[in-house]
Amino acid sequence: MLKRIFAAMLACTLAGPAMAASGNVELQRRDWSFSGPFGTFDKAAMQRGFQAYREVCAGCHSLELIAFRNFADLGYNEAEIKAIAAQYDVQDGPNDDGEMFMRPGIAADRIPSPYLNENAARAGNNGALPPDLSLITKARANGPDYLFSLLAGYKEAPEGVTVPEGMHYNAAYPGNLIAMPQPLYGEDVTYSDGANNSVEAISSDLVQFLMWAAEPKMEVRKRIGVAAVFFLSIFLIFSYLAKRRIWADVH
Amino acid sequence: MAKSDKTQNPAKGDVQEPGRRDFFVVATYAMAGLGAAAVAWPLIDQLNPAADTLALANIEVDVSKIAVGQSITVKWRGKPVFIRHRTADEIARANATDITGLRDPQDDVARAEKPEYLVLVGVCTHLGCVPLGQKTGEVRGDYDGWFCPCHGSHYDTSGRIRKGPAPTNLEVPPHNYLSDSVIRIG
Amino acid sequence: MSAEKFQNPVVRWIDHRLPVFSMLDHEKYDYPVPKNLNYMWNFGVLAGMALAIMIVTGIVLAMSYTAHVDYAFESVERIMRDVNHGWLIRYIHMNTASFFFIVVYIHILRGLYYGSYKAPRELLWILGVVIFLLMMATAFMGYVLPWGQMSFWGATVITNLFSAIPIVGDSIVTLLWGGFSVDNATLNRFFSLHYLLPFVISGVVVLHIVALHRFGSNNPIGIDASGPQDTISFHPYYTIKDMVGIAVFLLLLAMTVFFFPNAMGHPDNYIPANALQTPAHIVPEWYFLPFYAILRAVPDKLGGVLLMFGAIAVLFILPWLDKSPVRSARFRPLFRIFFWLFLIDAILLGYLGGKPAEGIYVTLSRIATAWYFLHFLVILPLLSMFETTKPLPKSISEPVLGSSGRSA
Repeated sequence: MLKRIFAAMLACTLAGPAMAASGNVELQRRDWSFSGPFGTFDKAAMQRGFQAYREVCAGCHSLELIAFRNFADLGYNEAEIKAIAAQYDVQDGPNDDGEMFMRPGIAADRIPSPYLNENAARAGNNGALPPDLSLITKARANGPDYLFSLLAGYKEAPEGVTVPEGMHYNAAYPGNLIAMPQPLYGEDVTYSDGANNSVEAISSDLVQFLMWAAEPKMEVRKRIGVAAVFFLSIFLIFSYLAKRRIWADVH
Repeated sequence: MAKSDKTQNPAKGDVQEPGRRDFFVVATYAMAGLGAAAVAWPLIDQLNPAADTLALANIEVDVSKIAVGQSITVKWRGKPVFIRHRTADEIARANATDITGLRDPQDDVARAEKPEYLVLVGVCTHLGCVPLGQKTGEVRGDYDGWFCPCHGSHYDTSGRIRKGPAPTNLEVPPHNYLSDSVIRIG
Repeated sequence: MSAEKFQNPVVRWIDHRLPVFSMLDHEKYDYPVPKNLNYMWNFGVLAGMALAIMIVTGIVLAMSYTAHVDYAFESVERIMRDVNHGWLIRYIHMNTASFFFIVVYIHILRGLYYGSYKAPRELLWILGVVIFLLMMATAFMGYVLPWGQMSFWGATVITNLFSAIPIVGDSIVTLLWGGFSVDNATLNRFFSLHYLLPFVISGVVVLHIVALHRFGSNNPIGIDASGPQDTISFHPYYTIKDMVGIAVFLLLLAMTVFFFPNAMGHPDNYIPANALQTPAHIVPEWYFLPFYAILRAVPDKLGGVLLMFGAIAVLFILPWLDKSPVRSARFRPLFRIFFWLFLIDAILLGYLGGKPAEGIYVTLSRIATAWYFLHFLVILPLLSMFETTKPLPKSISEPVLGSSGRSA
């Protein structure tokens, strides 16, 4: 039994990369505002990204790790967060009668998931599981570029490639056949700030929002990082000079 | 073998350690100390309540559904909070009490912003038990408020200590009315 | 032990009853250290520092971690999001684990190059290999705790190694799991052991240092100090030199933690564990890759497992494989060539361990594995018999004063 598991796993190790290699994966490299040691999030883009998530993705994809209170990072104030939270129905309970009940969300609640559980999610999507998006940009290699390329990567299948029923051709997806139907066609969302709503623009906004969702502490991390590296560089110079002084009388 | 001919070390004999007064030597060790101190802060600060805990530091309670004479208990910061919709009689008795003789003298108006609703942290100020008196039929003590079964503290209809070992009145948590019927505690 | 050397009366009072200050003083001033140690000798202290960072951050992380299959992944994310500075502490813990291995690998390679394993330091070396083994066990179990996909499948594959043992293999694996697969019981015991082992390591480190201080450090020349002219006190000379190494170490660590915190991790570990779906390409953490390559090089399951453990076991008997009386590679021209070949071989194995086991990679893995064992079991014994070594200097001071200039 165990031997079979082991063999199967070795087979997976063998087959996995071969599968990944069979389709051409096209990654579009982009300059993101959050790249590099001084990178920051674009708050307006994140707000638009949240709107796009809500109107396009949230029907199938959960965002389990994000609570409404986290939206302070997007630039919303307390009242706005309260208002956003109140637009969602959150299950609470049990009440004194032992029943679960729905109530409007509060800032401390997490964003409710579209499906009750994994089986329900699969049942609603032809057996494919729409992954939770909280960590998606960290859970894929080159996450931000990959996500952007995936959203903008739906194409006509090239000749010779048959796309089975329920699958879709995507240039950025490993193996090129993805269960998710094309989510963006352009003008899917109307932004209140009148920003561009082409497929590329919405994808970019979504990447901003989801990068923040995966790594909400990135800005403070980089800020402390710059100070720490500066401090340690001085420390290195000083300790080296001190070492030279102390060792001057040896030899 | 190095060990066998262990002798006086050259540096040890020196009165002055080399570099002891050197700026860079002093600065290096000072920076090492400073760096260690800076690193200590995150390690200590992580003991403080986390963001998700702090997010629940305030709760909002709708008191409109509490019938006159009834009480509800809600959980706030891990502790029970008693909210009693007091009867006119209870309010009158709380106000009529002469506070000069009390152990912890306090006027009822100072304890209840709206006299109908009394909000209390349901933890006995003696040793931390939860007093009885919330549910109908429970012992309410000699002063018809709350009674702590652990060591016999009696609280009146304003939650003030009247008899027993507790040193102070039941604590009134910071709260304010967001509307006529919604109280924000915390 | 004359307490008069301390001027502070409190220190003197304590030292008279509990001679900690005398011991400290002894380490600082009386313990003779060869004066020609180069920066390669920093890595022992750096390893100790890495261990200290791991223990401190680990204890703190354990305060917010939940060892349960349903909560482990989320509790780690809570640390990353909600716990004050939790992201910092976890990223330091994650990346220092990698740095710990980098430092220890350099420490081991330094020992190999300068013959630090040779008499009379055989036990010192063996204790070091024990630490290395314990580190691997600790790192492996620590990687399981976040309960991501790589955690789960890494645990499954590595524990399955033991199923290769004839007859009792399957029973041993069930014993390790505490169930019929990697599950909650496994996670709980791994957490318990992951917390325990670092303290075991600390204990062995103490023995490692006691053994070190018996004969003192080896040095780049590889000959024993012949007198006080060859040695200096640890403080202030090596404290400040170690400080330079620590500065470089911390600078590189900080750059990684703050700017590339996930560079040495795997994206799949940000996907919660799923017992029904193996990731497309499972690889262990980078520091296990050379051994993983050896495991996969052998087409036979038991053979692969034996060879992988053999790759570490061979280090235990190294002092008796290389019997050359000359320690340092500086005076062993052939040994030096083979040392660099071995290093290339080890790096190649690491590279191959991260590649799919197919085509040319399999062939290369086999050649590299064969070379690994050839190096220890054949080349080193032969070299120690037939190699013509260069003449050794008379003392440590001589080459330091001579043409080689400032070697330190």
